Amino acid sequence: MQIYLPIAEMSVNVFLLLGLGGGVGFLSGLFGVGGGFLMTPLLFFIGIPSPVAVATEANQIVASSVSGVLAHFRRGNVDVKMGTVLLIGGVLGSTFGVWLFTYLKDLGQIDLVIKLSYVVFLSIIGALMLVESVRAMQKRKKAVKSKAHYHNWLHGLPFKMRFRKSRLYISAILPVAIGFFVGLLAAIMGVGGGFVMVPAMIYLLGMPTSVVVGTSLFQIIFVTANVTILQAVNNQTVDVVLALVLMIGGVIGAQFGAKFGSRMHGEHLRGLLALIVLGVCAKLTYDLVSVPADVFSLGGSVGH
Amino acid sequence: MYSRWVAAWGIDMKHRTPFLLFIVALLMVAQPRPSLASEITVDLSDPIVKITAGFSGTDLLIFGVAPGEGDVVIVVRGPNRSEVVRKKEQIAGVWVNRRQMVLENVPSVYMMASNRALEDFLPGGVAYIHQIGVENIQMNPTKEYADVEDWEEFRHALIRNKEKQNLYKWKPGNLVFQGNRLFRTKIHFPANLTVGTFGIDTYLIKKGEMVAFETTLLNVRKFGLEAEVYNFAHRHSFAYGVLAILVAGLAGWLANAAFRKA
Repeated sequence: MQIYLPIAEMSVNVFLLLGLGGGVGFLSGLFGVGGGFLMTPLLFFIGIPSPVAVATEANQIVASSVSGVLAHFRRGNVDVKMGTVLLIGGVLGSTFGVWLFTYLKDLGQIDLVIKLSYVVFLSIIGALMLVESVRAMQKRKKAVKSKAHYHNWLHGLPFKMRFRKSRLYISAILPVAIGFFVGLLAAIMGVGGGFVMVPAMIYLLGMPTSVVVGTSLFQIIFVTANVTILQAVNNQTVDVVLALVLMIGGVIGAQFGAKFGSRMHGEHLRGLLALIVLGVCAKLTYDLVSVPADVFSLGGSVGH
Repeated sequence: MYSRWVAAWGIDMKHRTPFLLFIVALLMVAQPRPSLASEITVDLSDPIVKITAGFSGTDLLIFGVAPGEGDVVIVVRGPNRSEVVRKKEQIAGVWVNRRQMVLENVPSVYMMASNRALEDFLPGGVAYIHQIGVENIQMNPTKEYADVEDWEEFRHALIRNKEKQNLYKWKPGNLVFQGNRLFRTKIHFPANLTVGTFGIDTYLIKKGEMVAFETTLLNVRKFGLEAEVYNFAHRHSFAYGVLAILVAGLAGWLANAAFRKA
């Protein structure tokens, strides 16, 4: 059954979309990741124009983050104050990101920038995850000792704030900067940015792991909401029909993923995810470097 | 007799020639053009192509009656636009868009039907004047690209890409005659169709000359929910963005609520 996407202006099999949404939802439930960084490249692969894929995926992430953050709120795992500080940076970063996106789109370089960003981030993250899971498998029983946080030059910065829930007293500059960077990624890549945000919170800010995921989801909601509105206003590339179909598939897939995930070893899961990430990365890289079928392409109509 | 008549009207004989021309012009307007004495009757299976939620392309039946014997060519043209064509070059191993060109007067869709191969009955000059055949579409670079020497390469690339998207199509012999006057053809429109008013031009060619011509209009529009979503997104884009977020938020909340109980 075909469904016509009003903004992408193309017809796609609705079961293919539900399957993609379900599959990525399953993986995100299984691995506890957002899934945007898998869904957006998959949308490229099925022929959705990349500006539409990025903007629509931001919209879908609003849904999955709301669904996820509610559970964390109930368990008290959201540091709203830290989330808000991150969010200030996030809104600034994503606003700048959408501006940059629009500029690059007019230059005809947005496709390249999106895909290069994916290649860079997916290869780094995939490699790190793979190394870590292999190491973890080698010494499964050895407990890993880690400091709650350590002091360095970052703690000498001004504008110190107390974050009670995270048990931190640090400068607000660092979380604002992290938020800005992740917001920029969200706007250009159509991701929530949890895969950068979570490690940054743990290793750079020294937040306790219990509040990391909830707080990250909390700020992702507002950053992706900001991206959705700005993309809708500047580029008219948010396809709500596409987003809705993906949401339906994603919600159902995530439930199965979460159930399935509880039966598998964490390091096996991480190794598997690493392979999937590297696979997507390899395909994107191949598309960038292989000789294109036609070196000419249509850039769309102007002034209509 | 003529000069007397002219004299009676007080017209100087020196100015006779312009006056004569005027009379001739009047006669020409009053009389039907001899070469186009009768018109082609053309009709469509549907004057509107509706793009709805389930739209995955559609077939349009074009049929008609020719006023006399000859060959028939039908050209379906989508609204003209300016199109950006980009060329990739390899930089450090990566293929990057390096050059671009904007061509104007590019029909968004160009489909052709004829009862046999064009070169068998249509002289190049006639095809050129009426822009029959993709190579005769008179698309040109915009002013800022006017002095690009290899623009023709971009033009060919545009046509090639449009063909790949199934938006430019022609196949000789896809128009059939039933008897020697009644003709029909079926044209397939793909799902990636652009909206607007399409012109369907039907030409009757006899002995290498165009003897009759008819234009029929086809309306391609988005309908129902598809149209509303599209128009809303373009006319009230801020409200559209807000609504998209609200829908997503609600969906997330519902999903959470539904699966918490289960």
